[in-house]
Amino acid sequence: MAKIRLEQLRHSYLAKPAREADWALKQVDLQWNDGGAYALLGPSGCGKTTLLNIVSGLLRPTTGRIRFGDEDVTDSPPDRRNIAQVFQFPVVYDTMSVYDNLAFPLRNRGVPEAQVDSRVREIAALLDLEAMLPQRAAGLTADGKQKISLGRGLVRSDVNVIMFDEPLTVIDPHLKWRLRSQLKELHQRIGMTMIYVTHDQTEAMTFADRVVVMHEGTVVQVGTPVELFERPRHTFVGHFIGSPGMNILPCEVEHGVARFAGLPVPTFNSSSGAAAGSRTEIGVRPEFVRFADQGIPVRVVRVADAGRHQIVETRHGDAVIRVLLDEHDPVPQYQAHLGFDPAFTHLYVDGWLAGEAP
Amino acid sequence: MLELKNVVRRVGAQTHIYETSLALRPGGFNILLGTTLAGKTTLMQLMAGLVQPSAGQVWFGGRDVTGVPVQKRKVSMVFQQFINYPNLSVYENIASPLRVARMQEAEVRSRVGHIAEMLQLSPFLQRRPAALSGGQQQRTALARALAKDADLVLLDEPLANLDYKLREGLREELPRLFADRSCTVVYATSDPGEALLLGGYTATVHEGRVTQYGPNGSVYREPVDLATARVFSDPPINMAQVMKNGQCIRLSERVSWSAEGKLRDLPDGEYTIGLRPHHVLPAPGKGGGVQVDCKVLIAEISGSESVVHFDLGGMTWVSLSHGVHVFKVGQSARFELDVAHCLYFASGGTRVAG
Repeated sequence: MAKIRLEQLRHSYLAKPAREADWALKQVDLQWNDGGAYALLGPSGCGKTTLLNIVSGLLRPTTGRIRFGDEDVTDSPPDRRNIAQVFQFPVVYDTMSVYDNLAFPLRNRGVPEAQVDSRVREIAALLDLEAMLPQRAAGLTADGKQKISLGRGLVRSDVNVIMFDEPLTVIDPHLKWRLRSQLKELHQRIGMTMIYVTHDQTEAMTFADRVVVMHEGTVVQVGTPVELFERPRHTFVGHFIGSPGMNILPCEVEHGVARFAGLPVPTFNSSSGAAAGSRTEIGVRPEFVRFADQGIPVRVVRVADAGRHQIVETRHGDAVIRVLLDEHDPVPQYQAHLGFDPAFTHLYVDGWLAGEAP
Repeated sequence: MLELKNVVRRVGAQTHIYETSLALRPGGFNILLGTTLAGKTTLMQLMAGLVQPSAGQVWFGGRDVTGVPVQKRKVSMVFQQFINYPNLSVYENIASPLRVARMQEAEVRSRVGHIAEMLQLSPFLQRRPAALSGGQQQRTALARALAKDADLVLLDEPLANLDYKLREGLREELPRLFADRSCTVVYATSDPGEALLLGGYTATVHEGRVTQYGPNGSVYREPVDLATARVFSDPPINMAQVMKNGQCIRLSERVSWSAEGKLRDLPDGEYTIGLRPHHVLPAPGKGGGVQVDCKVLIAEISGSESVVHFDLGGMTWVSLSHGVHVFKVGQSARFELDVAHCLYFASGGTRVAG
């Protein structure tokens, strides 16, 4: 196991990239510490699969280096990198028993049979698969098969990192909770570096200690789930994380103070000098908006019952502002006023948290 | 309006759907909620006429349509595994049902344009499906189903393969889209959160049976039985056995509370309780509940919410709370069970109180 460093990675699928848009990865510098639980989060097309393939060695980056510890592995083939991968769809040999499936990666590497046996039993115990060992894999449910895929990733003791590529997509929601918590528990017990690639914020945020958010080929923020939630560095992070995402409202800035609907809106950060012509916006999550006696006048348009909370859609002119209320909180009808919690209201300039553009 | 009357579906020796009657609200948005293999897809196939019932009848618009093949009904369908015409452009894919209906060219153009706009497909109209991402291909299939003038629209987990954020947007958009149409929509999903946000009416499906049908919020808050409560909870509902004895409801040696209101009329004996994770909060909680001491098994923080799994008398319970609550694995902690929100089920699974 080792620290993984990605240095100035750029990748294009074209032979001669010319425009900025030709790059699937525009510039990525990242460091993954040994034993960490990381997530790589972004929508499809953001570059996360490209990045994953570069780390695993399926793809050679156009420029930049990858290091595992002190070793430069940029030119090493996948089988030399000692990486285990778990894919979206379980990769299981249906005709083999669960035992043989788990033993496969070890036997493949010529590990002595006695060692294979003890390792397989250890991993089976870890994943609660002991009772199934003699069973044929064909008869298992989707989550059972995915657990075997996972087991095959874990069975080797020489892996640098285990990478999960949307591993829970085919799993029913009520089983997702169980598998995800088992995965988390597993990480806490074995302390192996894990990288979890997903477009699902809930999965990323609950699994990882640190989440890498990608957007259009760049990393827009690396942070703990709490940082991403409370202090999004970019409006994309605000929008993408949280359900519903952050409210993003066009605003004016006068003397460093944001103004919306003709009213000053106190914000956590301020813009010392937003250049003329730049786009200025207020970002505030629905969790930090409340109904008040005075403030921004809005119309209440729609209330969605989300079970444990209500999502209230309000409008000021064309701007939509969503408010999150508890299950049984009263909702004003027709006209209302809104207040924002200044500690969690942010000013953005051209998409970036004011004062934090890269 | 669509009605299944005592419908049964058997395949060989297996029963896929046990005797089921279900009268859908006409012109409404109806959700079939259940886990994989619960029978949602079979129910849809029966509704569409893709498969025939082994017993019972399917009625539509006041007519018995049992045995009428799918081609002779005005049905449109979208499946989780999307299907498009590979040799046609996205535009022609969406327009294809309109061509079959011999619609005027100008109207075809406006309808395709409108639907493409809504599903964010406008930039891709001239491309072939193979040149699109999976999500875009699924939206193309969805657009075609929406373009068609159908009496019955069947959507079988149509958003399951899409990106989270796109799903969030479409979840809001879809019900609106059908709001001013007279067709009946049936939407199958395994995601309770999705069912709630789509609004409308929900039929919960469990092991080949419809367990309940009614307005979303009431099925969620007043499930008729244990199976329905489990199907309609994400994260999974906490369950435990309690003993009612006089005015006292006892969960364990140390944990009990007094029977209030309707609970007092319940005969003494054993019951199963269900309590959703958002009614189990880190102490002090909201007050008025029952405090329990336990050991933390797993703690997850999603940024906006904290999820804690803990052990309570040998059972795993889950707490879901707003904000950030940091717990270490293995530490002792105190939680409050908001027992006023407990659902009580009798031994057969029927909800008797709460």
